Amino acid sequence: MAGPTIDPLGQFRLTTGLGPLGASVNFTNSNEAMLAAAAIIIALFFAGLRAQNLIPGRTQAAVEILYEFVHKMCIDTIGEEGKKFFPLVFTLFAFILLGNLIGLFPYFFAFTSHIAVTLTLALFVFLFSTCVGFYIHGFRYFLFFVPAGVPKWLLPLLVPIEIISYLARPVSLSVRLFANMTAGHVMWEVFAGFMLLLTAGLGIFGVVASIIPLGLNVALVALELLVACLQAYVFAILTCLYLHDAVHMH
Amino acid sequence: MNDGRDKDSFEQRLAAAQGKAGMDQAASSAAHKSVAAGSNAISLAMRLGVELVAAMVIAVVIGWGLDKVFHTRPWLMIAMVPVGMAAGLRNLIRAVGPQTDK
Repeated sequence: MAGPTIDPLGQFRLTTGLGPLGASVNFTNSNEAMLAAAAIIIALFFAGLRAQNLIPGRTQAAVEILYEFVHKMCIDTIGEEGKKFFPLVFTLFAFILLGNLIGLFPYFFAFTSHIAVTLTLALFVFLFSTCVGFYIHGFRYFLFFVPAGVPKWLLPLLVPIEIISYLARPVSLSVRLFANMTAGHVMWEVFAGFMLLLTAGLGIFGVVASIIPLGLNVALVALELLVACLQAYVFAILTCLYLHDAVHMH
Repeated sequence: MNDGRDKDSFEQRLAAAQGKAGMDQAASSAAHKSVAAGSNAISLAMRLGVELVAAMVIAVVIGWGLDKVFHTRPWLMIAMVPVGMAAGLRNLIRAVGPQTDK
């Protein structure tokens, strides 16, 4: 039948950006959003740190709050060694936060709603923290899989469980971010499409009734803003937790 | 030149002004803490559901792969299901359990 239909997943479709040049190298709209996120972070810091006043202006205050928030998170979670990993955690946090936030704007692309992106980030964190563990502890890092204070005969059962719970880390890390972002955007699309269906199907009554999904969408904007910030925070703090495990082995 | 002295007197005047305006440091930091605790609770709640499933998925995938290698379909996959459940619960307990280490 003709008329509007709901296509909630169409917004995640990859197209090529930057005109014919982008098409020839398969430069997608997801890549565009990533570049935009990185450019915004760099521009924000450039603008914020140009005037180093004792009493900061708004941009400088925003930059300093962001910096100190992640710095404190690193030190609190990892310990004193957290300072070494601060650049990594900060880069991840800022990149994911900006990616989530620019994805909230209409006509922009949320690259964190693709599992290829989040899984890459999560696998990098996983491999990096494992490498840190082996670098600091050598082969003693394998003892991480042997829980302390357990009778010997239980070990054949418990060691596989520990190994699987360790391997589950990148999966849970990536699926959480991807699922939260995708679910939010799909909900938006479904409610917005519902408005079109109501107006097309019920005429003037439908126009009035579509106030309800419109109101829901407005409320969802607030929720999605919270989720966008929270998911970036969760990703960063879990990175810190994994690094803590790699550094301290418990 | 006299940065230190200025800063000290600034801190004193700031404390006095805050006391006069009723902006108690302790009260505002307590409010900060409760906000932080609330957002921590939400972020924890978002972690837990996925934590349980992820270990299960990994375990089943490992079992499925081992079955392919050893041609024992479906027994290793079935055997890995309880292991995956246990690993998921282990992750869950680790996430919400008592934080003995810092």
